[in-house]
Amino acid sequence: MGGFDWEVIRTSLPYLFKVGMVFTLTLTVLAMAGGIVFGTLLAMMRVSGLRSLGLLAGTYVNLMRSIPLVLVIFWFFFLVPYIGAWILREPRPIPVGTFYSALITFTMFEAAYYCEIMRAGIQSIPRGQVWSGFALGLGYWQTMGHIVLPQAFRNMLPVLLTQTIILFQDTSLVYVISATDFLGAASKIANRDYRLVEMYSFVAVVYFILSFGLSLLVRRLQVRIAVVR
Amino acid sequence: MSYHWNWGILLAQEPGGTGTYLHYLIVGLGWTLATALAAWVIALVLGSFIGTLRTTGNRWIVRLGNGYVELFRNIPLLVQMFLWYFVVPELLPVRLGDAIKQMPPPWGSYVPAVLCLALYTSVRVAEQVKAGIQSLPRGQTFAGTAMGLTQLQAYRYVILPQAFRIILPPLTSEFMNIIKNSSVALTIGLMELTGRARAMQEFSFQVFEAFAAATVIYILTTLVVVLGMRWLERAVRVPGLIAASGAAQAAH
Repeated sequence: MGGFDWEVIRTSLPYLFKVGMVFTLTLTVLAMAGGIVFGTLLAMMRVSGLRSLGLLAGTYVNLMRSIPLVLVIFWFFFLVPYIGAWILREPRPIPVGTFYSALITFTMFEAAYYCEIMRAGIQSIPRGQVWSGFALGLGYWQTMGHIVLPQAFRNMLPVLLTQTIILFQDTSLVYVISATDFLGAASKIANRDYRLVEMYSFVAVVYFILSFGLSLLVRRLQVRIAVVR
Repeated sequence: MSYHWNWGILLAQEPGGTGTYLHYLIVGLGWTLATALAAWVIALVLGSFIGTLRTTGNRWIVRLGNGYVELFRNIPLLVQMFLWYFVVPELLPVRLGDAIKQMPPPWGSYVPAVLCLALYTSVRVAEQVKAGIQSLPRGQTFAGTAMGLTQLQAYRYVILPQAFRIILPPLTSEFMNIIKNSSVALTIGLMELTGRARAMQEFSFQVFEAFAAATVIYILTTLVVVLGMRWLERAVRVPGLIAASGAAQAAH
């Protein structure tokens, strides 16, 4: 093994964090926001009681959940340029770059998982809450927006955050479309300097510290929410 | 859109000369299943062992078990895959490491992929086993030991047989996860289903036919697993219990 080379890690730190980690965190936060919004809409479709809407959302969620994320990443990587061309009426596929491709992929993919969480959250609200909303003269969107969803979010916050930690780890899979996320950046250095052991061990340690730290925070939040109730 | 569909590509010969592209993908499914099943057996044994240990009263054993779970749960699967493939052979004694690195093509990536998926999944199995054991009334253990069983025998004949039957639904979703997760092994060169769909796309330039075929194969596999497990769940249901249907895990 010839000794662990700390120097290669030290000199590549700015690149790893300023380029790689920024990519990973931006992707995680934006995909989380987009995924929760889209997932909540899907969940509302699933619990709406309208057969066609429920079937549509259900099919989407089950489709996303039965194929591997790597395959979904490939699908969108090649599909998004064609969809872009179709929307903008261009004759050729539009290059979108790995970041936007990954962002669309993770938003669409995680929405299926956020949907199931939000569905459980909405279903955990007593029916009387909806009826009282309607009795007060609120419309469907008002009842949802002011009464049901805020409570559902609050109940499901720890689960939503746990799913986000999973999302944070999953974003490392953008490696397959050669994006420069944290792992991708480390991999480029590792292959350039032939320091695979150092770089991959370092990446593992950083991911572990961040994920474990976040999961401890989620656990503390869970306790606090439980006390308030 | 300017995409030229050509579904006939599935019946065209693949450049490796092993047969049609469809056949090429189905062999990929074989590798996916071979990887997932081998890893699943190890994950089940290891996960049950660790999950059970975490329910014993010994504080240090429980801590050790928790540490194991946190370690494998907080590192992304892809990073773990790289650790098994690139890093572990370097840390082993030189001769053993070299022997691993010189394994012939499919096995050189198959073995690390199986080990990686096995340990990654064993943590999830351990969580389920622990939850299953803790869902049983305490009286079950007490009744067992009151009848003169040792603690080990109580686990073997009373606790575990019930716990496993209760956690069958969440284990089903873990099994489907391991099938899907095996696609990550394409990054270390294992030509399983997703890897072959990607290769087919590169050889033939028919992107969407390749991915659509792989998607359909994954969906069919999922259907077979779901139906099979539903049958198994009915067959081993614990009489007298409301089917303890564990909510699907938020994972993939």
